Amino acid sequence: MRLSQLEVGETGIVKEFTDLEMSVKLMEMGCLPGEQITVSRVAPLGDPIAIHVSGYQLSLRRKEASTIILQ
Amino acid sequence: MDADLKVALVGNPNTGKSTLFNVLTGLNQKIGNFPGVTVDKKTGLCDLPDGRRAEIIDLPGTYSLYPKSRDESIVFSVLADKANPLRPDLVVVILDASNLKRNLLLYTQVADLKLPVIVALNMMDLAKKSGITIDVNAFAQKLGVPVVPISARKIEGIDQLKSAISYANRFALQEDTIDVEALAPQLIAQISKEIEVENPYYALQLAHQHETLKFLSPVQSDRIEELEQEFSFHSQKSQATETIARYSFINDLLYDTVKKHETAQEENISNKIDKILTHRVFGFVIFFAILLFIFQSIFAWSAYPMELIGDFFVWLQSSLHRILPAGPLVNLVVDGVLGGLSGVMVFIPQIAILFGFISILEDTGYMSRVTFMMDRLMRKVGLNGKSVVPLIGGFACAVPSIMSTRTIENWKDRMITIMVTPLVTCSARLPIYTLLIALVVPNRNIWWIFNLQGLVLTGMYLFSLVSAITVAFVMKFLLKSRERGYFIMELPVYRMPRWKNVGQDMYNRAKAFVLQAGKVIVAISVILWVLASYGPGNRFERIEQKYKQAQYTQHMSADDLHHAVASEKLENSYAGVLGHAIEPVIKPLGFDWKIGIALITSFAAREVFVGTMATIYSVEGDAEKMESVQQKMATAKNPDGQPVFTVAVAFSLMMFYAFAMQCASTMAVVYRETKNWRWPASQFVYMTGLAYIVSFITYHLLR
Repeated sequence: MRLSQLEVGETGIVKEFTDLEMSVKLMEMGCLPGEQITVSRVAPLGDPIAIHVSGYQLSLRRKEASTIILQ
Repeated sequence: MDADLKVALVGNPNTGKSTLFNVLTGLNQKIGNFPGVTVDKKTGLCDLPDGRRAEIIDLPGTYSLYPKSRDESIVFSVLADKANPLRPDLVVVILDASNLKRNLLLYTQVADLKLPVIVALNMMDLAKKSGITIDVNAFAQKLGVPVVPISARKIEGIDQLKSAISYANRFALQEDTIDVEALAPQLIAQISKEIEVENPYYALQLAHQHETLKFLSPVQSDRIEELEQEFSFHSQKSQATETIARYSFINDLLYDTVKKHETAQEENISNKIDKILTHRVFGFVIFFAILLFIFQSIFAWSAYPMELIGDFFVWLQSSLHRILPAGPLVNLVVDGVLGGLSGVMVFIPQIAILFGFISILEDTGYMSRVTFMMDRLMRKVGLNGKSVVPLIGGFACAVPSIMSTRTIENWKDRMITIMVTPLVTCSARLPIYTLLIALVVPNRNIWWIFNLQGLVLTGMYLFSLVSAITVAFVMKFLLKSRERGYFIMELPVYRMPRWKNVGQDMYNRAKAFVLQAGKVIVAISVILWVLASYGPGNRFERIEQKYKQAQYTQHMSADDLHHAVASEKLENSYAGVLGHAIEPVIKPLGFDWKIGIALITSFAAREVFVGTMATIYSVEGDAEKMESVQQKMATAKNPDGQPVFTVAVAFSLMMFYAFAMQCASTMAVVYRETKNWRWPASQFVYMTGLAYIVSFITYHLLR
């Protein structure tokens, strides 16, 4: 299951990443394996999405969200 | 004024770093550039309790020492390069207490560089509210550095922070965070030996960043590259391993020192606001309403101060002319330099207002929501959600807007934004449009409420947006990107704007604009003034002689005579000669040599057009009197008796100004931001080319 497949309000726990370069950036922003992620909203045009992770809100594009694999 | 020690502020974005900077330095601050790069360098002085003075350097907010944007790349350079004159004696790392985990990542990186460090724990009140209790003493003990809880917004704990700064050790005493050497033992050892660095983490950072660091010599950089090959060092993998190691250190640290009470996840205010402001429908409606308001305010609020500034310079120029003896030097200073200066100064109100609004939108957190909403739309045309801000700002002035593109991390997105922003109808085009529209469009209402002239003007504004987006779309295919675009961005919680910050921002931006763009504008206006005031050979003398003859002096009033001389002189000046010279080129667009002069003189700044027209059609008084210019232009006839300004000519001229890069300050700022003359040059070529083609088509369609 990928992060991009979650609906608004759904929660998942990060398992791993499919893209090394992206994973470095995401981890710096607090998206780590084991961290809980909740999709808080979707932009009016369907992309990007906003997630709640490690105590704050982060926005990322769907394509980027699809590199995050959830448990 | 010399400071006794240098202190750098380092922290994540949205941690209140700038607020703390303002609180520490007050009005004692200045904005400059970091040497060699165009990143705003904010420094200020702060008096310490022991009587010493600290120079505080506000470094750009960043999530890690591995840079994602141009602004961020400066942080490591300043902290690490021993030869950097800004290298701090002490680093104050600001941590958001309500989001410690992510904030500590940067701390651990800075700490491992083994510079003396102090931690300022900001937003303690927010943390407490969300049920987080921090054992500050245990926290400080574990890190081995002084930790000062503060609230920058409420100005709490600032005195304690100042004394911590003054008592800070000159040596780095912090505990190690991770085993840096284990990440790449041989490589670190070899770099440390060959480049003579003592700190292993510094050596590792050199390995990661050697391609972009300016302080490494090419030989050193190549050698590091060789070593990386030799020890098969993979930068990304090493970064990933390092980040995970750092987080595991942080987790251990937080486990012992921070307690989070599980409060029922109640919906916070920020979330409620977001539900409305990023709503499918209301989101866009509100956004456009805010835009409209900003847009209106920029015009409405700046009109009066702009007029005052303009009047002040007119008064200054005429009184100086009266006081000082007439002569070429006085003319150059008063007409050339002061004329140029007034051209710069009149934009201060608009720039200040625009930056005031941008500052409010950013401070409240709304700007990142706009980016969030618009990203998909903007991406389709080769831009980025973050391009919205400069494009909107372009309605006021391209200069500050191009400066604001620095927040766009992706190189290609940023370049396209810079390239198309000057197409957006800026305020300097407004006087030209109003003049020409009033000239050829009848002032009547259609469909009862819509004024035809107003509609045409609105049309010009919309048209400029469409053309900017179209050009961006084309450039998307022309520019080759070296890096991947991504859009990982924090959406900060909504906050009230800090009005003091907004005020300081307006002041600082206006000052930077006057000092930086001002130099170029003044230089070019001096050149243009010389071109318009002197002619080849003895042409000017002959004109003076001619008008001294009785047939003129007896039949014309002193004023008329003066203007007749002035306009004939202009025709025979170098600018006039140039105007005649380019006439064959601009003839197909419907322009004669007089318009040609205006095109040349308004190269430096579009608004000079009206002034030049006033001089050419020798209007009484000065360029301020727009109506009289309009009358003269309306009655102007070609040698064949036809009016000069037909609908075709006026629209062709408007199209030319819509597209042509007639703005020296924009070109200067594009050069400053790109550090390469190819960008402003190609921008000039493509815009002027487009202007010519579109004007040509317009003229021939309407003729």
